[in-house]
Amino acid sequence: MSQWIDACATDDVEEEDVIRFDHGGKTFAIYRSPDGQWFCTDGLCSHEQVHLADGLVIDYMIECPKHNGQFDYRTGEAKRAPVCINLATYPAKAEGGRVLVQIG
Amino acid sequence: MPKRDYSLLGADARRAVETGLAAADWYHTEVARKDMKALMQRANSPAIRDTIVLFACMIAFAAIGIALWPSLWSVPFWLAYGVLYGSSMDSRWHECSHGTAFKTPWMNDALYNIASFCMVRNPVTWRWSHARHHTDTYIVGRDPEIAIMRPPVFFKLIANFFGLFDAWNGWSRMLLNASGKIEAQEATFIPASEQPKVIRVARIWVLIYAATLALALAMHSILPLMVIGLPRLYGAWHHVMTGLLQHGGLADNVIDHRLNSRTVYMNRVSRFIYWNMNYHVEHHMFPMVPYHALPRLHAMIKHDLPAPNRSIAQAFAEMWPALRRQLASEEYFLKRALPATAKPYREDLHAAALGTAAQ
Ligand code: FES
Repeated sequence: MSQWIDACATDDVEEEDVIRFDHGGKTFAIYRSPDGQWFCTDGLCSHEQVHLADGLVIDYMIECPKHNGQFDYRTGEAKRAPVCINLATYPAKAEGGRVLVQIG
Repeated sequence: MPKRDYSLLGADARRAVETGLAAADWYHTEVARKDMKALMQRANSPAIRDTIVLFACMIAFAAIGIALWPSLWSVPFWLAYGVLYGSSMDSRWHECSHGTAFKTPWMNDALYNIASFCMVRNPVTWRWSHARHHTDTYIVGRDPEIAIMRPPVFFKLIANFFGLFDAWNGWSRMLLNASGKIEAQEATFIPASEQPKVIRVARIWVLIYAATLALALAMHSILPLMVIGLPRLYGAWHHVMTGLLQHGGLADNVIDHRLNSRTVYMNRVSRFIYWNMNYHVEHHMFPMVPYHALPRLHAMIKHDLPAPNRSIAQAFAEMWPALRRQLASEEYFLKRALPATAKPYREDLHAAALGTAAQ
């Protein structure tokens, strides 16, 4: 079982927003949902290599900033063309004011 | 310099991939995340208001046009209806393809499909084509939506003010798709899983046109075609006029939208028809900002952009001579001065591809 990694402070991300997290040569996106839950996916859109953290979170959807491809960030499922390939997701949680993710 | 090869399957397409011009990381003006988040927020009300106005005007103009038909008094009403059908629908197609016009997805999709029909652009094909236009804006061999190729063919540009080449292309593609085929270049950017949808839509459209034609034959009148089909020709001029200004006479094969896109201040009527796409540098830099927020984005980043053109006429006065110079020299393009507050053009990103700048 891989370790929990300290990614950022909970205060770094507003509700219904996303932040970029780079680790081990890879980039991830960490989401805080409107109801305060935490999620983590691959950081780059599966259509082209664009950082999803520059996109817009609407409810449980992340919209890619380039062509408005959309993913459900809870499951990584691709929801709107031009994205067709799902994102990988990773466990995430908040503890003591920090956001922890289980990647790798 | 060898001649440009605009084919998506040609030498320039391969070169763009090899040199890294394709799918590159483009220059962006810095905007704080908080501000960008606010700008990207979706809303239904501006687009619902504009759509009600648009369809109400279309119905009213067409009804008066029909009532006065075939008198000459109907002409102004057809001209007005035509611009809303053949030009406003271009900007509605565009904004809804980005999914930014409305907050509610089905509203975007509904208007997108109506606008696609009016513009004779297959909604599936063109969604992918426009995605490529944003990835590789004016990268030769990659961008399928280059409106003015070099050297410019003025006859074609002018004929398109009446939709002649564009509409012909749209209708012939529709028939090709309806026969079950996808054009080879289009197949490069439409995933195989989406291609059956292209064919299904084309077949539905053929049925609509067939019904319209049948009605025209039964009535011994072109009146039904004045409502459906022909406005794509007689109302195209406004979207061609504004569309040519988007990138005309500017650089190609660059990775900084300030070098290849143009922002033009326009009158209110043209901005309604064009749905604020006159803020074109801003739109390309941040395509997820809805049309109604573009004036705010413009105010926020104009310090980093070349000065906007002051009017449509002034923009044409800048662009047209540049296009004429491109007849003699394909390498020529306009390079506009940046204000002192701007970051320099990122010419390092594409230095090898740059031609001779205008003085
Ligand atoms: S890069 Fe994300 S939708 Fe195209």
